[in-house]
Amino acid sequence: MATEAEEIRGIGHSVRRKEDDRLIRGRGNFIDDVTLPGMLHMAILRSPFAHATIKGIDTSRAGALPGVIAVVTGELMAQHNLAWMPTLSYDTQAVLATDKVRFQGQEVAAVIATDAYIAKDALELIDVDYEPLEPIVTPQRALEGDAPVIRTDKEDQKDNHIYHWEAGDADATKAAFDGADVVVSLDTHYPRSHPAPVETCGCVADIDPATGQATIYMTTQAPHLIRTVFALVAGLPEENIRIISPDLGGGFGNKVPVYPGYVVATAASLLLGHPVKWIEDRTENLISTGFARDFHMHGEMALSKDGQMKGLRVSLLADEGAFHADAQPTKFKVGLFHIVTGSYDMPAAHVSADGAYTNKAPGGVAYRCSFRVTEASYMIERLVQNAAGELGMDPAELRRKNFIPKDAFPYQSITGFEYDSGDYHAAMDLALEKVGYEKLRKEQAKARKQGRLLGIGLASFTEVVGAGPHKDYDILGIKMNDGAELRIHPTGKAILKISCKTQGQGHETTFAQIVASEIGIQPEDVKVQHGDTDNTPYGLGTYASRSTPTVGAATAMVSRKIREKGRKLAAHLLEVSEDDVEFEKGRYFVKGAPENAKTIGEVAFAAYTNFPDGMEAGLEDVAYYDPPNLTFPFGTYAVVVEVDEETGVWKVDRVVAVDDCGVRINPMIVEGQIHGGLAEGFAIAAMEQITFDEDGNCIGSNFTDYLIPTAWETPKFELGETVTPSPHHPIGAKGVGESATVGSPAAFVNAVIDALWHLGVRNIDMPLTSGKVWEAIQAAKGA
Amino acid sequence: MQITVTVNGAEKTVDVEPRLLLVHLIRETLGLTGTHIGCDTTSCGACTVLLDGVPVKSCTVFGVQADGREVTTVEGLLTGGVLDPIQAAFKEEHGLQCGFCTPGMMLTGKVLLEQNPAPTDDEVRWAISGNICRCTGYMNIVKAIQTAGRMMAESTEG
Amino acid sequence: MLPSRFEYHRPGSIEEALGMLAELEDAKVLAGGQSLIPVLKLRFAAPAHLVDINRVPGLDQVSEADGALRIGALVRHNQMARSEVVTAGYPMIAAAAPQIADPLVRNLGSVGGSLAHADPAGDWGAVMLAAGASVVLRSPRGERTMPVSEFLIDVFTTALEPDELLTEVRVPMPPPRSSGTYLKLERKVGDFATVAAAVQLEMSNGTIGRAGIALTGVGTKNIHAVDAESSLAGAKPTEAAFAEAGRLAAAAASPVADVRGSVEYKRHMVEVFVRRGLATAATAAA
Repeated sequence: MATEAEEIRGIGHSVRRKEDDRLIRGRGNFIDDVTLPGMLHMAILRSPFAHATIKGIDTSRAGALPGVIAVVTGELMAQHNLAWMPTLSYDTQAVLATDKVRFQGQEVAAVIATDAYIAKDALELIDVDYEPLEPIVTPQRALEGDAPVIRTDKEDQKDNHIYHWEAGDADATKAAFDGADVVVSLDTHYPRSHPAPVETCGCVADIDPATGQATIYMTTQAPHLIRTVFALVAGLPEENIRIISPDLGGGFGNKVPVYPGYVVATAASLLLGHPVKWIEDRTENLISTGFARDFHMHGEMALSKDGQMKGLRVSLLADEGAFHADAQPTKFKVGLFHIVTGSYDMPAAHVSADGAYTNKAPGGVAYRCSFRVTEASYMIERLVQNAAGELGMDPAELRRKNFIPKDAFPYQSITGFEYDSGDYHAAMDLALEKVGYEKLRKEQAKARKQGRLLGIGLASFTEVVGAGPHKDYDILGIKMNDGAELRIHPTGKAILKISCKTQGQGHETTFAQIVASEIGIQPEDVKVQHGDTDNTPYGLGTYASRSTPTVGAATAMVSRKIREKGRKLAAHLLEVSEDDVEFEKGRYFVKGAPENAKTIGEVAFAAYTNFPDGMEAGLEDVAYYDPPNLTFPFGTYAVVVEVDEETGVWKVDRVVAVDDCGVRINPMIVEGQIHGGLAEGFAIAAMEQITFDEDGNCIGSNFTDYLIPTAWETPKFELGETVTPSPHHPIGAKGVGESATVGSPAAFVNAVIDALWHLGVRNIDMPLTSGKVWEAIQAAKGA
Repeated sequence: MQITVTVNGAEKTVDVEPRLLLVHLIRETLGLTGTHIGCDTTSCGACTVLLDGVPVKSCTVFGVQADGREVTTVEGLLTGGVLDPIQAAFKEEHGLQCGFCTPGMMLTGKVLLEQNPAPTDDEVRWAISGNICRCTGYMNIVKAIQTAGRMMAESTEG
Repeated sequence: MLPSRFEYHRPGSIEEALGMLAELEDAKVLAGGQSLIPVLKLRFAAPAHLVDINRVPGLDQVSEADGALRIGALVRHNQMARSEVVTAGYPMIAAAAPQIADPLVRNLGSVGGSLAHADPAGDWGAVMLAAGASVVLRSPRGERTMPVSEFLIDVFTTALEPDELLTEVRVPMPPPRSSGTYLKLERKVGDFATVAAAVQLEMSNGTIGRAGIALTGVGTKNIHAVDAESSLAGAKPTEAAFAEAGRLAAAAASPVADVRGSVEYKRHMVEVFVRRGLATAATAAA
């Protein structure tokens, strides 16, 4: 409890993390660390083909291997109505294939054995008779009239088209384009990538045959949502299901979907009466779990000849894989992509989106994308770069000229968002100052005369996070409102139970800091509980940078409720009326007589020992928060590169990142999130990609093909900040987890394009490998 | 096959299959779960341990190869309840977020500091280029290792 | 991702090791294991026997003797990178060693194991070809020495007999006024080379004596660019000469298009690396 002299280490303090104590000792409790008595091990057999009919499966040899307890196929799962399961996008997904396999790596059968090595041995003994079918490896091919239908399991599906979705006003936008001086267009494929947290996905399913209690340890960022889905899918009563999400070794959206392995392990545990552990290996993770991006986009911007933006038009084709399993608010088929007008005062805009099935793993919404804001931000910031080039304008100037001015907030965007607050000019100014923009442009000109190619790339992103207001934001009908439950103990310590689930963002520390600021109990005295559905309020989980905007707000609100009850108790102890009691930094004092005070600790004790007649004992409450709006973090990033014309190799000289995420709860943790996001943005721009050959073989299903940069390739980052609080958030915070992954890829690519513009290069699709850069230079010079 | 391995200073005699990977011997046979598995192509370094003081990827060594040798895991950093400077520095500098790559990073960093007590940014980045992190963007890991070096220098001076 | 079962053998001497290789059917030698164990984990191979030679004494030293650098088969990549005798006298080797794989793999991976594995994307193969090195092979029948150019036959294929062990690599001591380098294009540390070039130049009286040029990642084995080498013998170390050598080396390469680059790009990079490498070597050798 805080003494008068001691400062309360609440919001704004770089409190060192409580979770570190166990992690630095190697005493984290990750999913593969969970061991239960009698536990069996499961391994999954996966399809080598991208598209094939299953003629038959013979599991007899596998079943006969000593140590193998059971072999499960789709047929067995079908008997329990579990061969198919719902996805988070109202589609269905095969748990274990029955009729066909629809992507390379799809789950076909599972072995449960006494140890993991034997389980793997048994996989080789399962014989599957496949009859290959034509694989669809591009969404364009998928939509051709003669393309084979992938989802023959769906009665009403006559082709491979999933959805069509639009935002904005097509007619107004057409008029804007018709009247424009200049139209700049860009065709770009934002490639398929993968969140690839260092820890893969897995579960330990433990159905107790005696009690019917299902305890499922699971790598999930959304334990409550999963529990409800399991109750509906497996027919298990929801009160008997306990999902425990332990320490997670990273998530980045990879640990949101329900994966077939979880369902099979749970079914196996139910049938066998033993706990069943399933941990996927890296190849399984990359080939079958929720991928990210894979948007084929065509964008156009209309401008006046002096650089005023008049209109924006984007059409896109989403490669959704074999099952539509996007984890995003149900109403929005391409998430929040319609934020694509970005930081600019855009008078007219239209988005047209289509989704197609292909013979690839399902997913799409993952990897810190903020529900497709990564794709949108990339599109607009690349268009701005190219527009500046076409107009012969400085790209910073073009941005400044069109930024939404700071006095225009709250700003109604033409595609339907209300941006809460922003000061884009300030962030841009700071970024340019830090990077030394004017000087760099002179250096660039000088270098060019010497034959050296320097490039400066900018990106000024506006993010949209914090889903969300219950009117528009739900997943499978469940509203995206989250909660926090706070209880103060007699000795003045507290326990805070939150509905979200950290995967490294430091919630055990940051949420305690919110309580500290509101009530005056130091963060180390506030235990934060998360991840166990039996012990935490209901919520939709941690992804899309939503924890601080939703649960952070709920935490502030529940703290205030408790503070108010505390006021009543304090009045009782101080023998004054409630209206005469004020609160500051953990002390309730009498108005005008501040020495007459009770600390929060004394008030907490009184809640159990000395409370007025008619008042319930205890000092606790719960709050569910319905955000009035989303929040809009923003920033400007500046990247400086040098390109070796002869080899196409490019090196990053500097990265300057100015972020504005409103109030920063823990500056040290915020900066860590930005570092991580910038590294991922660099990775996407430079080397990450999952591709497929013409047979549908996945190239990029292990870490020798799917490249994660090491510390040697990853550049250093210089950070700056501006602070524009969210006017509607209880503590003015906006959330920051994904800003850098959203905003930085365009900055890296713009830098390389800037270096090569004078040679005639206009676009290179990510990843910008040296080979592709070289080819682009050759093509431009040859043209 | 019966083997004897000295793990964090304690001799352990166990009977294992030759194909059992060292990382599984550590995690499953000996129950030391601080060493993690992150990939299947010897690419990520989450499984890094010290074999006779040298950092290696324990997923690419058979347990039987450690017979008669010394293995140090992250659990061996704590001595007499006192954190190793590398551990203290990682907490101080926010060198970890999810913590999954951290044991490997700390062990690799610790050995670097034994050879080079005051490494530059580049020297640290080169030394940890066999250890992948997804959360931190490496910035604070580099800082943590350098801070640990300074902490070690101060303690020997004082 | 987990290996199949095998029988494990741990010889304590070369003779014992050779005896095992002669007797056991379907056996593989385990040295550093950094190439072999990943293969076993993916079950691309499932040998019945593994012969672990890591406890065989006498194979882990690197030293100079009789006009050659003698590298024991079990010398680790990091050992080569830190060796004073290597750093002092063998700049091409010194440039290559730290670029192999990553720092952790370099602690276990061995020179002999790498050469015997004969991955066309392996670095030591190109370095040893350019250096004009030889390998010493021992079997129950005795010992033989052969140039690396004869030893490396094709992808993952060498001249090793099933009962033979590579025990030593011998690199001729370069004369004074020589230097070399290893240029490697990789997308990240630990990636296989997109293209790499090992280059060595021996100068005498202002002209080039012997040149060593070999390539990584652009064929079904490491490529010895003999035509490029011949073009430089007796030539003056000029930009034009280096450019010509680069072109000849590129012509000797047979790269395959993949995610790392097109055929044209890889060939172009061979030319660039050979040219740049020769220029670097010439400057250092002067």
